[in-house]
Amino acid sequence: MSDEARRPDPDRLLAHIRKEEERAGRGRLKVFFGAAAGVGKTYTMLEDARRAASAGHDVVVGYVEPHGRRETEALLTGLEQISWREVEHRGMRLREFDVDAALARRPQLLLVDELAHTNAPGSRHAKRWQDVEDLLAAGIDVSSTLNVQHLESLNDIVAQVTGVVVRETLPDDVFDRADEVELVDLTVPELLERLREGKVYIAGQAERAAENFFRKPNLIALRELALRRTADRVNADVQQERELRDPQGAWPTRERVLVCVSQNASAGRVIRAGRRLARALRADWIAVTVETPFMRRLRGGDRAALAEHLRLAEGLGAETVTLSGSDVAEEIWAYARSRNVTQIVVGAPSGPRWLRMLVGSTSDELMEQAGGIDVHVVQAGDDDEDDAERRQAAAAARGDAGASDEDAPVGRSYRRAALVVAAASLAAAGMSWAGLVETNLVMVYLLGVAFVAARYGRGPAVAASIASVLLFDFLFVPPRLTFAVSDTEYLVTFAVMLGIGLLIATLTVRVREQAVAARERERRTEALFRMSRHLSSTAGTLTLLHVALQQLADVFGSDVSILMPGAHGQLAPPPGAPAPFIEKDRWTGVASWVFKHGRPAGRGTDTLPGSHALYVPLVASRGPIGVMALSTHERLSVRAPEQRQLVETLANQIALALERDQLAHTAQRVLVEAEAERTRSALLSSVSHDLRTPLAVISGASGALLAEGDALDAESRRAMLASIHDEADRLARLVRNLLDMTRLESGALVPRREWQPLEEIVGSALRSVGARLVDHPVSTSLAADLPMLLVDGVLIEQVLINLLENAARHTPAHTPIEISARAEPRAGGTDVVVEVADRGPGIPPEVLPRVFEKFFRGPGASGTGLGLAISRAVVEAHGGSLEADNRDSGGAVFRIRLPVMGEPPAVVPDPSA
Amino acid sequence: MSAAPGEPGVPPPTVLVIEDEAPIRAFLRTSLAGHGYRVVEAARGEDGLVHATTHVPDVVILDLGLPDIDGLVVTRRLREWSAAPIIVLSARGQEQDKVAALDAGADDYLTKPFSVPELLARLRVALRHAARTGGDERGSVVSVGELLLDLGTRRVTLAGAELRLTNLEYKLLVALARHPGRVLTHAQLLREVWGPGSESQVHTLRVFMSQLRHKLEADPARPRYLLTEQGVGYRFAAE
Repeated sequence: MSDEARRPDPDRLLAHIRKEEERAGRGRLKVFFGAAAGVGKTYTMLEDARRAASAGHDVVVGYVEPHGRRETEALLTGLEQISWREVEHRGMRLREFDVDAALARRPQLLLVDELAHTNAPGSRHAKRWQDVEDLLAAGIDVSSTLNVQHLESLNDIVAQVTGVVVRETLPDDVFDRADEVELVDLTVPELLERLREGKVYIAGQAERAAENFFRKPNLIALRELALRRTADRVNADVQQERELRDPQGAWPTRERVLVCVSQNASAGRVIRAGRRLARALRADWIAVTVETPFMRRLRGGDRAALAEHLRLAEGLGAETVTLSGSDVAEEIWAYARSRNVTQIVVGAPSGPRWLRMLVGSTSDELMEQAGGIDVHVVQAGDDDEDDAERRQAAAAARGDAGASDEDAPVGRSYRRAALVVAAASLAAAGMSWAGLVETNLVMVYLLGVAFVAARYGRGPAVAASIASVLLFDFLFVPPRLTFAVSDTEYLVTFAVMLGIGLLIATLTVRVREQAVAARERERRTEALFRMSRHLSSTAGTLTLLHVALQQLADVFGSDVSILMPGAHGQLAPPPGAPAPFIEKDRWTGVASWVFKHGRPAGRGTDTLPGSHALYVPLVASRGPIGVMALSTHERLSVRAPEQRQLVETLANQIALALERDQLAHTAQRVLVEAEAERTRSALLSSVSHDLRTPLAVISGASGALLAEGDALDAESRRAMLASIHDEADRLARLVRNLLDMTRLESGALVPRREWQPLEEIVGSALRSVGARLVDHPVSTSLAADLPMLLVDGVLIEQVLINLLENAARHTPAHTPIEISARAEPRAGGTDVVVEVADRGPGIPPEVLPRVFEKFFRGPGASGTGLGLAISRAVVEAHGGSLEADNRDSGGAVFRIRLPVMGEPPAVVPDPSA
Repeated sequence: MSAAPGEPGVPPPTVLVIEDEAPIRAFLRTSLAGHGYRVVEAARGEDGLVHATTHVPDVVILDLGLPDIDGLVVTRRLREWSAAPIIVLSARGQEQDKVAALDAGADDYLTKPFSVPELLARLRVALRHAARTGGDERGSVVSVGELLLDLGTRRVTLAGAELRLTNLEYKLLVALARHPGRVLTHAQLLREVWGPGSESQVHTLRVFMSQLRHKLEADPARPRYLLTEQGVGYRFAAE
């Protein structure tokens, strides 16, 4: 073997490391494993715990049954115990383990007896091992006890060996994942001795059954099972280590096992056998059921049984697949080949041999097919019926509702069939009278039978066939009007007619039912497609939710709701779509549990099965983002895997759509923030430059004056002082503009409007600018009939000042600046147009659209570039507009358009006028 | 009583500067002292009020943005016992503060940053008003530029030509002209012309001012005599 082959597989190592990491946060599970009650598991567990406690660990007893043994009770002293939770059930007070108290207490190590125990109804989980899972997930180490007969995969063997069917089972998965398994072993004579001494307490079983159980051969067998299972575990660990280091040396078999699941009672046994085979071969296994048209008409109980079997397989680690077709064996074979299956496990055919030979059986057909796949046939057992019953009871306890009977209006079909046959008879009579031979008359009856088969189903078709034969005999076969047959050849005709009738009936029925099945599948696919399409084209979380709810209601035809976390984290249905049906479950916190753990719960599951609805988490890429609540009824059974798959697929779609929407929002927000950031940076860089320049001049000039003021002549001193003064002015303007801009952007600037004559504003603006316009002759021409304006005088004054300063800055000295105003009527009112025009070089056309941008400065201009932006913002805040343009005769013009809104209040007339 | 500085034999007028910013105080001190004023400084409102009682200034320059007491409160408290003119310094954009101070008794205002000539002009106006102890108005004449206002005969002439004013217009003009160079708030003018209780009818005031302006001014958009102080009130040109 080359070195390369010897090197450990990096993928495998990675998977291993990841698994280790996952386990890092988890508590460790130690299982004290024994062959039977009384070997001393609880005792050993307590001893172990006491050792840990004295070593300083925080050990707490969660639930331990001393079974009335004094030695065990003695071990309990000194250890902190969590009080039991008392539950009332059927008039009895039951003591149960209080998970919530344990989680709240959060010890390092918790002792919980009897891992396979079934919790009383009303508990959070159906099984204690699920409670333990919660504890492990919270990082608490747990020690527990288990008997070999409680293992799911060994359940039927144990039943066979001991004759006792154990009802409390633990999925093998939980056992396999336990971190440590300590076998508590006792030789059989020793155990029997203890039994005699009365040191063994058996709860919940009838005395006689107990006697049955504790017979020597049983105990020997159980001990062997326990030992072998422990050895298996050790072996598995060794293998894993070896595989990590040297993949080539321990290549797992590329086998794949397929198990055929039916609704028969023996299916449980077949599934467990399949699992054992898969384990032995270290192969994946698939549990397959074929939905034939026949199965569509199964009774509710049978459908439930089938669903339960599939669930069992899933629980034992199988991948479950539902195929549909008419020929079971063919479908299975085709699928097996497509999945590269190497072993098929099927239940032995039931029923008498002759029937099997006549009708054929699945297992026989599978065996006949050649092709390199081994077929294992599992024999039925005597207790299969009990097993099936137990499963059905469990299913019923979980609140599953099987499909109801599809009852057709039976009587009516038969009557119609009778009519058709009668009609055929009449037609035949007519033809006979017309002189046609009997062979043609048979055809007429056949036609009738085919018609009945196509329209009314198998039962009426069979009846029609028989009736047709009889009528044909009676009416048309000589001797007529008797049931006697003169020519025995006619018997053959009858037989063939009957056979054809039945065949046609069967065929048409099958075709029709396949069509129904195909329609059903199509409906499901279409539901998915529609949902997907609607969701992808919808934006907005609320809209998405409403669309999704609508689609779900269409698909399932039952009450459905989607709960999303609100501002404080509590789950609630979307506004506008209240869901009264979940109110009853609110107190259990089932929705919150689902949201937190990302697993379904509620009706039809193992967790909180007493709820009124099924709760499925909406899991997106980062975890659950919501919970879908589905109220189930008879026609919707989420126990059936394909329904469950549909629910989960839809939930996934909705989760992804919601996530996509949320991400879009985030992206949008990020964009906006980036934009704001950009603006802030622009402002910062602009401001820092604009601040630095005047400050540099001021500090430089003033510094020079201080240092060498006396040495300078008066003219230079004056010039420096003038420049200090100018730059200070510039700074003042800059600060003013920045403050205004900030106030405008933050919305803090609210115009305080009062009715004012424009001339006042112009007058005060001109006075304010005064000195800066000294080089520019200003002329004013305000129309005489200008209406008053409802404006904020201070703000509009500022606008005019900005425009005037702008004009002064950008035009050569001695060029005039003109202010004009006129009233322009428009639809619905009047506008006042104020223009500030100059005779300078004007605004270059390419720059014209950008003139009002923030921080935009004309070439070679001083100033912040904010003045025009502020002016426009102010004017727009008044409902008006500010535009810039070039005059035909040269120069630029800035046009303020202010709408006149309403009328100024009436003024008390001057009595002395 | 002091008059404007520079008159021989008259003690220099005392200016009380109540301003918390040291650089501004320094600059005021230098400028005012350089123009013959005696300067008393206070950095806080409380100190300023104390100094007002001890030094009895002729004019008070009060910053509205004081750290300890609101400038408005200082104005009111000063006005309780002193008739000395108060000029308030305010930041830009605080029109309401200015108006409130003026209504509470301040005489004029300056917006920071201001120039020294402006300050000195305001001071001169303020002192001149204080000197005229509201005495006999009959026979007094106001003459600014080409406008002549004879309070005794109630005649107004502009460049020699008589103007016909209605009663209200005349009252308004007189209200302004009696305090040339000094700002009068809308409220003050309304109270004086239309009587107490009419302080809120700013619109009426504006309408009448507009009429007056059209009668008096050559270019109402560039008034010579009737100056607008946006957001505050009106001012009759001093010269």
